[in-house]
Amino acid sequence: MTEAAVCPVPHDNRVHPLGPPAGFEDAISNGPVRMRWPNGVEGWIFSSYAGVRKVLSDKRFSANRDGAPAMRTEGEPVLDSSQPGNMNAMDGEEHLRLRRPLSRGFMVKRMAEMRPRIQQIVDEHLDAMERQGAPADLVASLCLPVPSLVIADLLGVPPEHQELFQATAKQMLGKNGSKVEYEALAAQLGEVIAKVVAEKKASGDTSDMIGLMVNETDFDQEELMLLAIGLLVAGHETTSNFFGLFTLTLFERPDQLEILQRDPSRADVIVEELMRYTIGRLGGAGIQRKALEDVEVDGVTVKAGEWAVISLHANLDEELCPHAGELDLERKAVSHLGFGFGPHQCLGANLARTELQILLQSLFTRFPNIRPAVPVTEMTFREDMITYGASAIPVVW
Amino acid sequence: MPKSATVRIDQTRCIGSGQCVLAAPDVFDQSDDDGLGLVLISEPPAELLPGVRDAVDRCPAGVVSLEE
Ligand code: HEM
Repeated sequence: MTEAAVCPVPHDNRVHPLGPPAGFEDAISNGPVRMRWPNGVEGWIFSSYAGVRKVLSDKRFSANRDGAPAMRTEGEPVLDSSQPGNMNAMDGEEHLRLRRPLSRGFMVKRMAEMRPRIQQIVDEHLDAMERQGAPADLVASLCLPVPSLVIADLLGVPPEHQELFQATAKQMLGKNGSKVEYEALAAQLGEVIAKVVAEKKASGDTSDMIGLMVNETDFDQEELMLLAIGLLVAGHETTSNFFGLFTLTLFERPDQLEILQRDPSRADVIVEELMRYTIGRLGGAGIQRKALEDVEVDGVTVKAGEWAVISLHANLDEELCPHAGELDLERKAVSHLGFGFGPHQCLGANLARTELQILLQSLFTRFPNIRPAVPVTEMTFREDMITYGASAIPVVW
Repeated sequence: MPKSATVRIDQTRCIGSGQCVLAAPDVFDQSDDDGLGLVLISEPPAELLPGVRDAVDRCPAGVVSLEE
């Protein structure tokens, strides 16, 4: 293959809020392309199902993000790869050492045990929505508070600090988040967590994540704090955004919403399809790896030291399933890439799945006629975060 | 007797994602001690094999294998 022209990566200008950045689909339609990010760094973009799986699972790609392509145009990144609890930027044994002890907290059967508690949190918020009456903002009344209460519960952190979790997340995940502000908030959050850590040490309790980390791992204090903050932040922003995006997707497609309403007990399969399609359609190129040696992917060679960036447009690849470009809630679950793949695949995937299933079932059963109060094209979306989503979703019922 | 198929998990690289449990709940479980994948039925009957193949495909760490 001849050397492709390098063009700027399209971003921040979606033609439709639930679709890809303008020009993105054309740019990737002929396979791998090289693009340049706003910070001046170039990378190969891969968007085929097989190519993305390869980049995310082949050991010759490192997750260390130092010097990576970024949307950031000012200041230094909030998190750098050298931070002790940042498992997402670690490879091999170092990564497994932090990640494996946490997997027990997210076991499939553990998530099943959490269902009644999650259902209770969801029901309380739906009750409050009903009491306050329409119109309501779905983001403020449901999408954000539910995952943040659930993750606080799972970790064992008192829920009254919700606003602090959310403010910290905003700085940590903001494309131009401020390192100074993040550090100030993280320090506050650190105090909250330090108290919990001390309590767990004294009681020997291992029933929640912090208890488990304190009493059953060799993590030092700094690692433990950063892991706890990381989980609090990762645990609510993404789930919140995606639940909002799922409802917007369903509002646009009454034919598909009807499939959910006909049989809400299929919520598990339905969440997988919504995830595959919604993430695929947004298509953004975010997750990055650096080649440690020359690696062939989709017919091009990523040379040692070069960046490979993956687009989850791969979820719409026909290699994954037939008529992959269409949303079909009757489809059986397929192995989509919405939670990534390889050793860094989302640690919280089983929790996110459980929350999204309960949220979907409950919202559309409780408010069967719920609908947007303004067209989706008039809503505001957060392009300033790594995690994309609607800022507010005004609804009536 | 039909030829038997053997399922294995390489525990040294397992990350405890539980994908195998979601794909084939009769064949896999997760250990209460460390959350890592466990094989409950190492020679599963034919009707369970589609789920096992799905588990092999879905395992993010690539540690589930099926020898047929
Ligand atoms: C719909 C919701 C969610 C989506 C779409 C999502 C997506 C992802 C993706 C794509 C990755 C892989 C990143 C990479 O390969 O570099 C990831 C990693 C991660 N996620 Fe999630 N996530 C969600 C919810 C959660 C929740 C609820 C938690 C925690 C409770 C969480 C914690 C993590 C952690 C700790 C990692 C890093 C894992 C590692 O590097 O080994 N996520 N997530």
